[in-house]
Amino acid sequence: MSAPAKVPAAIVGPGNIGTDLLAKLARSARVEVTAMVGVVESDGLERARAAGVAASAEGVDWLLRQDPLPRIVFEATSAKAHLANAPRYSDAGIRAIDLTPAHLGPMVCPAVNMPDHLDAPNINMITCGGQATIPIVAAVSRVAPVAYAEIVASTASRSAGPGTRANIDEFTQTTARAVEEVGGAERGKAIIILNPVEPPMIMRDTVFCSLPEDADHDAVAASIHDMVTRVQQYVPGYTLRAEPQFDPPTEKWGGRGRVAVFLEVKGNGDYLPEYAGNLDIMTAAAAEVGELVAADLGDAAKRSSTIDAEVPA
Amino acid sequence: MSRPEIRHDVRLTDTTLRDGSHAQAHQFTEEQVRDTVRALDRAGVEVIEVTHGDGLGGSSFNYGFSHTDELTLIAAAREEAKQAKIAVLLVPGIGTVEDLRRARDAGADVVRVATHCTEADVSPQHFGVARELGMETVGFLMMAHRTPPEDLAKQARIMVDAGCQCPYVTDSAGALLMHEARARFEALLAEVGDEAWVGYHGHQNLSMGVANSVIAAELGVKEIDGSLCALGAGSGNSPTEVLAAVFDRMGIETGVDVTALLDAAEDVVRPYLHRWPKMDRNAITQGWAGVYSSFLLHAEHAGERYKVPVPDILRRCGELGLVGGQEDMIIDIALELAREREQG
Repeated sequence: MSAPAKVPAAIVGPGNIGTDLLAKLARSARVEVTAMVGVVESDGLERARAAGVAASAEGVDWLLRQDPLPRIVFEATSAKAHLANAPRYSDAGIRAIDLTPAHLGPMVCPAVNMPDHLDAPNINMITCGGQATIPIVAAVSRVAPVAYAEIVASTASRSAGPGTRANIDEFTQTTARAVEEVGGAERGKAIIILNPVEPPMIMRDTVFCSLPEDADHDAVAASIHDMVTRVQQYVPGYTLRAEPQFDPPTEKWGGRGRVAVFLEVKGNGDYLPEYAGNLDIMTAAAAEVGELVAADLGDAAKRSSTIDAEVPA
Repeated sequence: MSRPEIRHDVRLTDTTLRDGSHAQAHQFTEEQVRDTVRALDRAGVEVIEVTHGDGLGGSSFNYGFSHTDELTLIAAAREEAKQAKIAVLLVPGIGTVEDLRRARDAGADVVRVATHCTEADVSPQHFGVARELGMETVGFLMMAHRTPPEDLAKQARIMVDAGCQCPYVTDSAGALLMHEARARFEALLAEVGDEAWVGYHGHQNLSMGVANSVIAAELGVKEIDGSLCALGAGSGNSPTEVLAAVFDRMGIETGVDVTALLDAAEDVVRPYLHRWPKMDRNAITQGWAGVYSSFLLHAEHAGERYKVPVPDILRRCGELGLVGGQEDMIIDIALELAREREQG
C-alpha cells in the first residue's frame, strides 16, 4: 500500500512563528506546506523559498488564486489580520488553525480536547502559557474536582514580541478562560511574568490546582505523569521539574488542599532558540493539530468515496 | 499631558496598606485599613496606597489570598480619607484593566503601574485606560538595581510617553547603595524631569531607604514612599514617620504633622503588626543578593517545609535573576536544594 498523499497547507505570516512552524511541518507525515504568505518581502519568505516552498508577498489574495488551494491554513499573523482573513478561508472551504489571539473558533489544546473539534472550520490555539499549563489542569480535573486553578507562566523577555507586550491583558484573560473551559477548572486565573535575565531563561510554568480533602493524590500524580507523556509526543522538551507537590487542606484556602506542578518547556531549537519554549509549544501544538486535522480530512475523503461507491449509478 | 500639582517640596505616599500587605501575609482587615487611613489622613499624608501586596488581582495561590477583598478595603479607605488620595498598585501580567476599572469604581484616585525595570512596554495599555478613567498615574520601575541608570531612564520615557505622570526608581530589593540611587535619580530627572515628576520607593534591607530618600529630595525627586513602622516586604520600607522627621529637620516641606505620624505608627499600626520588619539575616541577604523583597515570607515558608536554609534559597533567587512575581520559583528552588542535599 502506498503512503497516502499529504494534505496541502499554507502558512500565512512568515515571521518567527511561521518560520518555526514550517521547520516542524517539514517533518510531518500528513501535512505538506505548499505556500508561505506575507504582505511584504521578508527574510521569512526568502527562507521558505530556499526550502522549496512557493512564497508570495501578495497576501491572501495570491493564496486564494492558487490551484489547487491548500486544505489547511495556519494563521501566524495578528488577531486583526485573522479576523479579516478567516471568512475568506471559510468561503474557500479551507480549515484554519489560528495561532493569533483572534479566537474565532473553539480553543483547542491537542492533548486535551482535539477530538471534540476535529471538524471545526476554525481552531484557536489559545496562548503559549495555555498550551503549556492546560494539559496539567485537565489531568487533575479528570480525576478530582478542581474548584480553582491558577497558572504562572514565566518566559524570557526576548521571546515576548511586541504584540504580546502591547496587550498583555489578552494573555491573562484568554488563558484564564481556557483554564476553565478547556482545563475543566470551575474558576481559573493566569499570571505571566517576563524575565530579562541573560542568558535567557527557559520557559517555566507552574500550575496550582485546589483539591478536595479526600482527593486521591496517587491518582492525581499518575494522571499528571500520563499527561506529560502525551504532551511530550509533540513537545519533546516538556518536562516536570519535580514530582507534583501536595499540600494539605487549610483555612486560608477555604478548607481545600492543593497540588502544585512545576514545568519546564524547552524548545526544540528548530528555528527559534531553545529558551523560547513559549513560542515552540505554540508551533508544536499547531503542528500537532495540523496532523490531526489532516488525518480527519483524509478519513473524510475515504468516507465520502465509500459512500459514492455505495450509491447506485 | 500635565503632571498633577504638588503643593509641597516632597509629596509622601504611604504604602503601609499595600507593601505592608506582604509582611502581614495579605491579612489586613477592614478595621485596620480604616484606622490606618484615618490616622494617615489626619497627619496630612496626601497619598495612601491600598491594594493586595502584589497589586490588583494579586490574591492567589502564588502570592497568598487576601483576608478581605481589596475592593472592599479600597472603598473603606476612600470613605475614611478626607484629604488624601487613594492609590492602587497594578502589575500588568497579574492585574488587568478590568481590575483597574473596578478599583476606580471603588474609589481609587491614583494608579501605580508596576513593571520590571526593563519591561515598561507592557504598561501603555494600562496607562491609557487609567488616563481615560481620569486617574492620576505613577509608573513603578521595579528592581531598579537590575539595569543601568541610562537604560532605566529610557524605560521611564516609555512610561511617560504612555501617560505616566511620575515614573519611580523602585528599589524592590532594597539593593541600591547611595551612589547607585543618585545616578538613577539624575538619569530619570534628566530624561523626563521637564514633563513628569520622578519618585522613589525604598526598602530597608541594607538600611538605605531613608538615606536614599534624602538624596532623592535634594535632587528634586518629588514623590517619596514610606510605610508606618516600615511595614513592607523584606525588612520593610523607609518608615514614613522617619522620613517625616528627617525632612522636617532638613527644612523640606512635606505638609505632614510629624507628631501625628509618630502617633499613627505607634498607636495604630504597631498593635496589629504580625512582625515588625527588621534587618535580620534573611532580609539583609535580599538586599545583598538583589532579591525581590516580597520573596521573604515565601522563602521562609519553603525553607521550613523542605528543610533547607532560607538564605540559600534567597541567594539562589539572586543567582537565577528572578524578578518580581516569580514566587512560584521559590518552591522549585527549595525542592532543588533539598535534592542537592540528598545527593550530598
